[in-house]
Amino acid sequence: MSQSRMVQIEQDILGKNNQYAAANRQLFQERQILALNLVSSPGSGKTSLLTRSIDDLKGELPITVIEGDQQTANDADRIRETGVSALQINTGKGCHLDAHMIGHAMESLQPADNSLLFIENVGNLVCPAAFDLGEAHKVAILSVTEGEDKPLKYPDMFHAADLMILNKTDLLPYLDFDVNKCIEFARRVNPDIEVLQLSAKSGEGMDAWYQWIRSRMV
Amino acid sequence: MHEMSICEGILQVMEEQATAQQFSRVKSVWLEIGPLAGVELEALRFGFDVVTRNSLADGAVLEIIEMPGTAWCLECSKSVPIRQRFDACPDCGSFQLQITGGDELRIKELEVE
Repeated sequence: MSQSRMVQIEQDILGKNNQYAAANRQLFQERQILALNLVSSPGSGKTSLLTRSIDDLKGELPITVIEGDQQTANDADRIRETGVSALQINTGKGCHLDAHMIGHAMESLQPADNSLLFIENVGNLVCPAAFDLGEAHKVAILSVTEGEDKPLKYPDMFHAADLMILNKTDLLPYLDFDVNKCIEFARRVNPDIEVLQLSAKSGEGMDAWYQWIRSRMV
Repeated sequence: MHEMSICEGILQVMEEQATAQQFSRVKSVWLEIGPLAGVELEALRFGFDVVTRNSLADGAVLEIIEMPGTAWCLECSKSVPIRQRFDACPDCGSFQLQITGGDELRIKELEVE
């Protein structure tokens, strides 16, 4: 005869991910690797922003990239064309990268000490918000062809991000996108969020983004 | 969002605990979830039934304790209730809020045998 009893657990459901994330964060710190977790909707121009950034920065610092997508290695191929190492993670049915995947990727990528690691998360403004990868900062990329109210529609992500990049600003003259309103909405969900406006296509505003990275490299 | 992965996380914790605390079946699970955890409760219930099928928690009752969302309003210098991350202070309308509670996503306890 078995008798039922109560067992106290008091455990975070994402605790396992958080343990892996803490281990990644320690590794990044020991080896002075600046890990940036780039999050956005599909089509915000993340990969274009990355390839341009890599082209402009690879002369001054070592860069590696982890690419997350549900399927295909297209993005990692685009990154490798710039000459830096990239590892593609296909999440299959999964909607986000988790810290365990990043730990594994680090083993095969072997980024150099004092280097920059871009993690391009799955294009999704919902799930990646909840999964700490051990990164130094989450960077949310929003293109001006999207709605300016996206920070309100996907508050968890903009709350979790330290920097919001408004991309494709070269298209602003043709759109009704209200930049000030968008920034105001982002600050409602995250009063401390930093904002940069740029166009990965025209190059406008890219220097400020590079400065933002450089100031965090030391 | 990812309610399925969350359910798999719950199952993983239960399986680890089954070995550590010596039980073979879970009859009920109590979760503490806040409004800011980004979890859709209906999707979680559905996912829980699917993920626990043929496991030690097959047929277990899922009890969800909804935790309150709270924030510290910098303008009023006091704690106020919130439902969403973009809520304004219900008293002064300011958005200068620091969230202090409501993102819980925790397994509180289990009834086991």
